[in-house]
Amino acid sequence: MTASSQNKNTNGSMENPEILEGYNFAYLDDQTKRMIRRAILKAVAIPGYQVPFGSREMPLPFGWGTGGIQVTASIIGQDDILKVIDQGSDDTTNAVNIRNFFGKTAGVDTTEKTNKATVIQTRHRIPETPLSKDQILVYQVPIPEPLRWLEHRETETRKMHALAEYGVMHVGLYENIAHYGRVTTSYDYPVQVDDRYIMSPSPIPKFDNPKMDKMPALQLFGAGREKRIYAVPPFTKVKSLDFDDHPFTIESWEESCALCGSSNSFLDEVITDDEGTRMFVCSDSNFCKEQIEKLTNAPLLQNGDGS
Amino acid sequence: MTMSLQNPLLKVENLSHYYGDQIGCENINFDIYNGEVLGVVGESGSGKTTLLKLISGLLCPNAGSVAFDTRIEGLRDIYKMSEPERRLLMRTDWGIVYQNPKDGLRMNVSAGANIGERLMAIGNRNYANIRSDSSDWLEKVEMDLERMDHFPETFSGGMLQRLQIARNLITKPRLVFMDEPTSGLDVSVQARLLDLVRGLVSKLGIACVIVSHDLGVMRLLSHRLMVMKSGKVVEQGLTDQVLDDPQDPYTQLLVSSILPV
Repeated sequence: MTASSQNKNTNGSMENPEILEGYNFAYLDDQTKRMIRRAILKAVAIPGYQVPFGSREMPLPFGWGTGGIQVTASIIGQDDILKVIDQGSDDTTNAVNIRNFFGKTAGVDTTEKTNKATVIQTRHRIPETPLSKDQILVYQVPIPEPLRWLEHRETETRKMHALAEYGVMHVGLYENIAHYGRVTTSYDYPVQVDDRYIMSPSPIPKFDNPKMDKMPALQLFGAGREKRIYAVPPFTKVKSLDFDDHPFTIESWEESCALCGSSNSFLDEVITDDEGTRMFVCSDSNFCKEQIEKLTNAPLLQNGDGS
Repeated sequence: MTMSLQNPLLKVENLSHYYGDQIGCENINFDIYNGEVLGVVGESGSGKTTLLKLISGLLCPNAGSVAFDTRIEGLRDIYKMSEPERRLLMRTDWGIVYQNPKDGLRMNVSAGANIGERLMAIGNRNYANIRSDSSDWLEKVEMDLERMDHFPETFSGGMLQRLQIARNLITKPRLVFMDEPTSGLDVSVQARLLDLVRGLVSKLGIACVIVSHDLGVMRLLSHRLMVMKSGKVVEQGLTDQVLDDPQDPYTQLLVSSILPV
């Protein structure tokens, strides 16, 4: 146990901010939650299929995670421990505020530790620490339709999904290879779920795509503006699209993380001055901390973690 | 007459379609055999394009049937097939060349991807093979290989039409529908394109339905000719016969109205 600072309780989670009065548990009314849960059940039953749902207006703008937050609000219970990340980081505006939102409206415990959380809402990353079957990963999705860039008509994309006419997805990959010699799509890399539906994995880096395959945790995707929910049930096959002679590859770096020295995590490039000095650090802030703690064998002083 | 031993490739019977009170086309009957080119002529509004849509699976008729000789099960009514079957047919055994190439091409992807799309749609997942097939077809339609990775927007009208043809023929379809393939092109380009189409069609033995208002195009390309007026077929027969010795007053008018150069 590496409970780090005094304002954390024994299971490593942070204390709640004050619970707001006058709101239903986790903000959404029960009727809405039921509607969303029905959509989630359908989504889980048909892996990768986009289920329409009556997205509500949330107290944050579209594009900030309205879909993810509605899914989280519908599945979270009193005993859940919530972790929210934004591009891998626990302490960016979006993550901090969504965490506070559920702290205030649901009074649930929140944490930064990946293995302590039961529900993880994420914007554009999958945590480096492998997830277990007791966890649920909720993605915030801006554009759920993977065919949209090549086919603009919604009626047509629905038909293409229904009939599994997915040849056009490879046209996109072909274009990439023809122009650049390799597939340059580096995020939101399309996948095929359970050998059936083509799915947009939300804008996670393609580095994270292999983690989706046969993941023990339930993965739920919510797109608030586009009013779609889809899901990948636990232990489901998720395959990234590719050509036989141009197989799918993930990003790699020559550097390792400048803070923790990890050589197998997703690295962000950080410019540190005006002379072009740069460093590479883990995008998953919690994973990076844990690596440093392992190395130094001592808990790391944290700042700004909900205190 | 000459090919009566064979089964027809496409059999159209009593085909009618109405737009409300308006006649789209009425009571159309014809057969097409392998390797045969059928021309449909008529003034604008005579139902040529409606007919083409009806027989190419794009518009469900009010009455009558369109049967295609499928590879496995023989003659089948295309409107009684399930939609996936019909769409599979459309992107394998059929080709459709649109009057406006922008309808038939993806303008936001390169020429090579446009040609290769059908291969990918039927499950080809080898980039090198797709690319070499695409470049073969680019050569067959007499286009410069350098243009392979260029976007269709940078192409001239004639090149777009050739690109559309290559895109359709790559899966070796047995039946190709062409709607005014040469309209909007200048005369010299028209002639080259017609030459190309004629060469490809006879070499590959593709059956073809060509809709045009241009009798010159028909004389050059089609074996048989169907003349339409107000949604009905007024005359049909061998192209030379119809053009040299028109029986119907309307056809006589049409033939005599060609401007002498």
